[in-house]
Amino acid sequence: MSGRRPSIVLGPVYYLWNGDEWRDFHFRIADEAPVDAVTIGEAVCSKRLHFIEPHLDAVVDRLVRAGKEVRLASLAAVTLERESRLTRRLAEGATLPVEANDLSALGLVSGRPHVIGPLVNCYNAATARLLAARGAIAICLPPELPFAAIAPLLREAPEVRFELFAFGRVPLAISARCAHARSRGLVKDNCRFVCGEDPDGLLVETLDDQAFLALNGVQTLSWTCHVLVEELAAAIGAGIAAVRLSPQRCDMVAVARAYDDLLAGRADPAETLARLRALYPEVPFANGFLHGEPGARWIDRPLPAA
Amino acid sequence: MMELVCPAGTPAAYREAVRAGADAVYCGFRGETNARNFPGLNFSPDELGEAIAFGHAHGVKTFVAINTYMRTGAEALWHDAIDDAVRLGADALILADFALMAWAAQHHPQQRLHVSVQASASNPDAIRFLVDLCGARRVVLPRILTIQDIAALAPQVPCELEVFAFGGLCVMAEGRCSLSSYATGRSPNMDGVCSPASHVRYRDDGEALVSELGDFTINRFGRDEPAGYPTLCKGRFRLGGDPAYAFEDPVSLDAVDHVDELAAAGIVALKIEGRQRGRAYVATVVSTLKAALAAPREERAAILARLQSVSEGQKTTSGAYRKAWR
Repeated sequence: MSGRRPSIVLGPVYYLWNGDEWRDFHFRIADEAPVDAVTIGEAVCSKRLHFIEPHLDAVVDRLVRAGKEVRLASLAAVTLERESRLTRRLAEGATLPVEANDLSALGLVSGRPHVIGPLVNCYNAATARLLAARGAIAICLPPELPFAAIAPLLREAPEVRFELFAFGRVPLAISARCAHARSRGLVKDNCRFVCGEDPDGLLVETLDDQAFLALNGVQTLSWTCHVLVEELAAAIGAGIAAVRLSPQRCDMVAVARAYDDLLAGRADPAETLARLRALYPEVPFANGFLHGEPGARWIDRPLPAA
Repeated sequence: MMELVCPAGTPAAYREAVRAGADAVYCGFRGETNARNFPGLNFSPDELGEAIAFGHAHGVKTFVAINTYMRTGAEALWHDAIDDAVRLGADALILADFALMAWAAQHHPQQRLHVSVQASASNPDAIRFLVDLCGARRVVLPRILTIQDIAALAPQVPCELEVFAFGGLCVMAEGRCSLSSYATGRSPNMDGVCSPASHVRYRDDGEALVSELGDFTINRFGRDEPAGYPTLCKGRFRLGGDPAYAFEDPVSLDAVDHVDELAAAGIVALKIEGRQRGRAYVATVVSTLKAALAAPREERAAILARLQSVSEGQKTTSGAYRKAWR
């Protein structure tokens, strides 16, 4: 792969995993995965924080000692006083960069180095420059943004480091209502953490048996795994500085190695895609968003010239 | 009394809303600069100028929604919309894109700016961030807050707050939803559309009437069921078991029972959804809500019964305003 070698970022685990699993997952990432940066923390539901809190310090320590840049994810939906307080504590107390996932975090970390997560609406170069001027050191672009919009954005904001969401189910929506709890006849306030029973999401199937979406508590993700491989050469040529991998219930160390080999030129796109399919065989892949097509589709053609 | 902010998708609906008692009317230009970019709807600059003048002659304000996110290289489309709206005398602009808010504040420092629901500002720090950024005078809150949340938030923010009270109900946090583009390639944030009609198909498969959005079945209706529009988040799906409305039933929002609580919580304006609706709908809803707001609480139910004709027997909900909805 030609051009500057982009870095690899591992995004936050969006699902509810039990605390020990969450810790061990990150320990293994620290020890074995060829990733440059890792975002940790709970982005989806404030009710889940106590599952990971006991392990946060150990995970940060292990990742930092492994030489990873560590970022702390803020909550994507902040509506309660308690959630506002948590976000303030995160922003004000952090010695590590915060990954802002909503506008409150964005305001609170302004003037200090921080990262813009894929759930903040940065759709154009003017917004990217505004965010960079307020301290954003990296911006993960919204996964629905097509390459036809990304290429001019990169040209117009060359000073900003942009990350491209390249692997994982796409976070599509977030609600105050917990559809996951609702599926069991419960509501958010008495949810019994049923989302923890689906550590890779709960399938939403259409009435014509099409696998469609995945529920993860208050979040809705794509059922398909968004996978960009063939497209990366064009994206990097256009100026993408990092690819982001979003943790799924598959061997993410091996996924990171596949991307590392691709970016280093040790593997070609076809080989990489075959490796990824073998690593995550039960979930169909999609890449339609980058092609300006419905996000659920797999488009088997090169990106149109930007 | 709280301001009633009413929708107009056409000049005719605008005039109906004014005659029916709107305090303010919101509308947008044709094209992708506003979040109701539907065929046959919205205003040319000339039409908007006439509407604003008509509104002002009747003491009614006009808010112009320019609430999609800009495309790099095509910013002029959004900037021109702002320049036009200011020149034509808009009382406020409703914006979602932070860069556009900053641009508007810089180029039109006197212009009143409102933050669109599409910006998804749901807490005091988010609202302060936007007020600092562009001097926003009002924020339209996303439909994910309870009345208690709103009451806790209002005293902490340096601007007015507006909420949706009646009409379509977004189940997801607005401005942060890519469900439509996942199925169709067209999104609220980029294209100003959700579950667009251009991607809807109805098909009879012999057993059921099937409604589809893009490549996906959104619902199947039996012979005795009325077939609804396939808005993605109001579809019927399977989550392991029997078919169910996974996110929300096909209901619309009606928070009119809660207006006193909303006023007490610090809300200054109530918004009616429905720029895609016809003028008859707008006239009925606006006049009924105006009368209901002016009436004592105990007389309200009788007045609101008139709205049953417009909701066509559809169920309504007070949505996220009640905690149990979550």
